[in-house]
Amino acid sequence: MLELRDLKVEVSGKEILHGVNLKIDEAQTHVLFGPNGAGKTTLLMSIMGFPEYKVTGGQIIFNGEDVTALPLHERAKRGVGMSFQRPPTIKGLKTHQIIELSAKGSISVDEIAEQINLGYLLNRDVNDGFSGGEIKRSELAQLMAQKPSFVLLDEPESGVDLENISLLGSAINKLLQKDLKKLRVNSCLIITHTGYILDYVEADTGHILLDGRIACAGNPRELLGHIKENGYEECAVCPSC
Amino acid sequence: MSKLLDELTERAKLAIDKRAPFGEDIDLSKYIHPTEEHEYIDDLEDLPEEDKERLISVGVDTSEEQRSGSFVQHNNTVSHRRALQEGVEIMGTAEALEKYDWLRDYWWKAVAVDQDKYTAHVELYQNDGYFIRVLPGVKTTFPLQACLYLQEEQIVQNVHNIIIAEEGAELHMITGCTTGPKVQEGIHLGVSEFFVKKGAKISFTMIHGWEENVAVRPRTGVIIEEDGVFLSNYILLRRAKSLQMYPNAYLIGENATARFNSIIAVPEGSHVDGGARTYLRAPGAKAEIISRTISTGGTVISRGHMIGEVPGVKAHMECNGLILTETGVVSAVPELEGRVADIDMSHEAAVGKIAKEEIEYLMARGLSEDEAKSTIIRGFLDVDIMGLPPVLEKQIKRAVETGGKGFM
Repeated sequence: MLELRDLKVEVSGKEILHGVNLKIDEAQTHVLFGPNGAGKTTLLMSIMGFPEYKVTGGQIIFNGEDVTALPLHERAKRGVGMSFQRPPTIKGLKTHQIIELSAKGSISVDEIAEQINLGYLLNRDVNDGFSGGEIKRSELAQLMAQKPSFVLLDEPESGVDLENISLLGSAINKLLQKDLKKLRVNSCLIITHTGYILDYVEADTGHILLDGRIACAGNPRELLGHIKENGYEECAVCPSC
Repeated sequence: MSKLLDELTERAKLAIDKRAPFGEDIDLSKYIHPTEEHEYIDDLEDLPEEDKERLISVGVDTSEEQRSGSFVQHNNTVSHRRALQEGVEIMGTAEALEKYDWLRDYWWKAVAVDQDKYTAHVELYQNDGYFIRVLPGVKTTFPLQACLYLQEEQIVQNVHNIIIAEEGAELHMITGCTTGPKVQEGIHLGVSEFFVKKGAKISFTMIHGWEENVAVRPRTGVIIEEDGVFLSNYILLRRAKSLQMYPNAYLIGENATARFNSIIAVPEGSHVDGGARTYLRAPGAKAEIISRTISTGGTVISRGHMIGEVPGVKAHMECNGLILTETGVVSAVPELEGRVADIDMSHEAAVGKIAKEEIEYLMARGLSEDEAKSTIIRGFLDVDIMGLPPVLEKQIKRAVETGGKGFM
């Protein structure tokens, strides 16, 4: 599905990713841990193709195609979708309109809204005065319409109250076709700080990103337990990495 | 009475060379006063196709099916007027002045006759304009429509309008001002005086569609009494060589409300200097000015001046401008003037190109860069802010879509 080969990325002339290698197969959910400033968001933005995140070396291969030079909307069309941490407000554009614009094929905005408790926001301007949790749900609604086969989620649980987190979890599971076993194709890369999302979304592999490099990979729960116990400092000197 | 008239004439004569504080000073002597009267049109559907198209483009419903009344003025002649609802009066101002002596009490009360050379010119050479009055408690079922049509080359169109919503009345109005297909040059001078009585409401939507070399100088004043509401929506999406206006609203009654929304686009060669000034003179008065401007090469100045004169008033202003080309100029000039302490006044202004983050956000959903830009512009020109009645909303949306084709 997605493969990063020795990916080097700079932002405003400063190299942030120093050669990332990562492979995510079909139907896999991977989690990305890492301290602030390690380059987690940069990695997601680079995969999505934001022009500010300049690839200076390496390759991004998506479904066998080298997409490193493709603009972001072309990647979106090929099936890459992303939930933003801090999306911009777009005045005059209504939330139901952006869901419709995101749609691949026919969708029912009302159905999506109902699943994710978004109905009351549909006629509001996109992200205008939304709370943290409302932003997350609006982002997921757009992705549910977009139906990407590879999903990038940047801290999907941050700012979401307990009442809505399981709702969010089940929406993500639906997006990732977790209800399908053999037929599942969709994959995902999730950034999480707290790991709460792991209580709701089952992940296959975890990675730790340290200073622009993947330092460790393994069972996500074990990795999380290790980080909680020892912090990332321990990770940096761990001989197994 | 004649003493009063003489006095107005005298004041106008003294102001005939008085320059306006804003906008290019226009030499009115180069324009012609039309002498020929236009024939009366019984049915707007009978207008020549090319004229009809122009009228429709500025919101006129020539079938009049969804209108409570119509008024059309060709150059300086009233060519059509019809009230289609009980309790609604529509006629030319000349006729109204003959009919109602009391109309003199409203004449030049919301706009000063000697404000500048343009108001003076209208007083000295005035031919007509519309008089619209909705009787107490009457609410218009459909909007009323008025069209000021400049059909001859090089002429000056003098218009003096009086609009009165009596106590508890409700009037929705749409006015379209445009030029005939053969007109290249001309000037439109339009004085409009609005009177919103106690508990009344006027929503006034104006669409301008001018030609290349037409100069436009509207002069508007609005007096709003207790619990009265005045809502103005202004739309200009076609080139106007030189347009300057700065309507004044006087909120004199408790809880009076005024709102001015405008959507203005200026292509290359356009110079538009617009805005609104609101005087909040009674407790509980509220005013809002919202302007959205787009430059694709022309210059637009978006002004706003809100004056809080008594405690307990509220005013807010938003001026947002987008510059879509390298050469356009968008200037936002918001001004707040508080004359007492206990008031709540604020403004926000933003001018620049379309935010990169917004374009990329939509591109991440699969839209191309051009699609993303036009989606953002369409949102920017959102007419939902105008709070129009449904019958107008659809039409205005269509007008904005059509008018904005070039840059969406």
